[in-house]
Amino acid sequence: MVRDPSVPDPSTLLPPDRPIQLLDSEGTYRADPDWAIDLSDGQLVELYRMMVMARQIDAQSITLQRQGQLGVYASLRGQEAAQVGSAFALAPQDWVFPSYRELGVALTRGMDPRELLHVFRGTWLGAHDPAKHHFGLITISIGTQALHAAGFAMGVRLDGADCCAVVYLGDGATSEGDVHEALNFAAVFDAPCVFFVQNNQYAISMPVTRQTKAPTIAHKAVGYGMPGYRCDGNDVLASYAVMRRALEHARGGGGPVLVEAETYRMEAHTTADDPTRYRDDSELEHWRSRDPITRFEVFLRDRRLIDDDLVDTVAQAATAEAQAVRAAIYDAPHGDPLELFDHVYAEPTPRLRAQRAQLAAELAGQDA
Amino acid sequence: MAAVTMAGALNRALHDAMDDDDRVVVFGEDVADLGGVFRVTDRLAERFGSDRCFDTPLAESGIVGTAVGMAMYGYRPVVELQFDGFSYPAFEQITSHLAKMPNRSRGTVRLPVVVRIPFGGGIGAVEHHSESPEALYAHTAGLKIVTPSTPSDAYALLRASIASPDPVLFFEPKRRYWTKEDVELPVTAEPPGTAVIRRPGSTATLITYGPTVATCLEAAEAATEEGWELEVIDLRSLVPLDIDTLVSAVERTGRAIVVHEASVFGGLGAEVAAELLERAFWSLEAPVLRVGGFDIPYPASQLEHYHLPDVDRVLDAVERSLDY
Repeated sequence: MVRDPSVPDPSTLLPPDRPIQLLDSEGTYRADPDWAIDLSDGQLVELYRMMVMARQIDAQSITLQRQGQLGVYASLRGQEAAQVGSAFALAPQDWVFPSYRELGVALTRGMDPRELLHVFRGTWLGAHDPAKHHFGLITISIGTQALHAAGFAMGVRLDGADCCAVVYLGDGATSEGDVHEALNFAAVFDAPCVFFVQNNQYAISMPVTRQTKAPTIAHKAVGYGMPGYRCDGNDVLASYAVMRRALEHARGGGGPVLVEAETYRMEAHTTADDPTRYRDDSELEHWRSRDPITRFEVFLRDRRLIDDDLVDTVAQAATAEAQAVRAAIYDAPHGDPLELFDHVYAEPTPRLRAQRAQLAAELAGQDA
Repeated sequence: MAAVTMAGALNRALHDAMDDDDRVVVFGEDVADLGGVFRVTDRLAERFGSDRCFDTPLAESGIVGTAVGMAMYGYRPVVELQFDGFSYPAFEQITSHLAKMPNRSRGTVRLPVVVRIPFGGGIGAVEHHSESPEALYAHTAGLKIVTPSTPSDAYALLRASIASPDPVLFFEPKRRYWTKEDVELPVTAEPPGTAVIRRPGSTATLITYGPTVATCLEAAEAATEEGWELEVIDLRSLVPLDIDTLVSAVERTGRAIVVHEASVFGGLGAEVAAELLERAFWSLEAPVLRVGGFDIPYPASQLEHYHLPDVDRVLDAVERSLDY
């Protein structure tokens, strides 16, 4: 498996001086021959639909937390383009290794949002079958899933399969040791792995400017011998195009890529956070003017791909889905306490069997 | 019959497992061309190719974390952490992911990963090369903890661990790597979770595992001069722990002494003693005693023999037990 990779010329690995942007902040399309968009009209509308859906379900999830139905929730508001655009570039066989703020990626992969919300409701710790949508379990310990993606991609490479592993990370995660080890392993083994960093400017309260001295996060790629890409993460077309290029590179045997999508977390870190303690309104206002959905809507209207009617239809469908999620969360059954013992090992140990019986007896006693 | 060392038996187990299942891959630091610092992975790369036995960058969290990913893909990784003290950089991947992901996923993800860890002291090594961290991992739900004491067990238990659908931490007593046994491999053993009586006896029961099984057998031999018939039980697996065999033993002998290299405080001996108190209280003629390392950081090599339990310390404990 170990090869002798010819050491790449570092200048070929450097990220561009400015992030790739195809839609300016006004929503005007700036065609770039290097980054041609190959999406059909229907797919362009689908991107819009997914972003609106993500925002509505996200808003509903915040409400559910306020109403005590979810213990905590980590909003993706502001990051819809980075998530939907990048995930839209994935092939069905590719695998995603997510953090806990990846609702937009999950929806784009076809996952039922109810399955993700288990974690925030506290019904179970992960619950969904990753093999179903090739979407790994939500990972809360920061950056640790990067190694799972790298290892998965090493497996892909051994097998000679046509598949990429994609790990979704935040800017804070790039300081973690496991992310360093994952970048290095993926590079050394030429593993088809894309590291997609949503630089949303904050790790809870810590601004990215204090997280790293690197010129940009994408520059870190050079030290690992892989290319670093940058895109405007509030531009769904750029997020799609850059991710598509990264996947082609990895899939074609070129080894891993580090992508930095520059975006902004519009909401608090989680519902338990108070961002007014560390950032001010003017900053928020600046990013609000760069809203990914508004921008893309201007583009679609310019192209006459959507009109008021379709905007309404998309919004109503998203609202209906958010309502359905809400109803499902309200109706969700509590976890089964006896199941606590069932999955720890493939075959429960004698101790776990005894403890299961003990809890069953306690429950029977309560009922009596 | 041929004389086989423990290192040789482990090596044979890896060869046979890779022969039987092409999803078994071996990786870690210096395991390929060098064959591992203890030569346990000798000639695997040569025989199975660099796809199935390969060296990794020097990063233990990376080794275990990528093993988790490869297992999710469908491989059965057997990884080597070069020394016990270097399992700590991998602690988070072991405890937060390897141990928990099957449960977190409601059983949809199984992680058949074996993490081999040469452990324990007695080889005159520098710091971080002689640790006994098994209790840290035994305390973590979701892991199986296996440790052999003989070449034939090393073979059988490693084969069983590789075949297990659950993650296994496989602790190899490094000062016993060169212990020889006349045995024709392959052999099988009871599944992990079954203790074995290494020597029958009626005076008292010595309960131990890994490197101190030999120490206890030596103590039992020496004890015959006192007229004591000491029973020696080798746990072989710390998780699951075969309490039933220990309870039966105490019902016969009435006295138990738990022996391990690890510091006594919070160690496996405490767990065994508590279990025996709960399940065999009326059979006990004396408190269950613990013999282990002192509660100190592992000492420098010139001083390690003061720390490690030896035959005298074991026999002193037997005497204290008999004096009750």
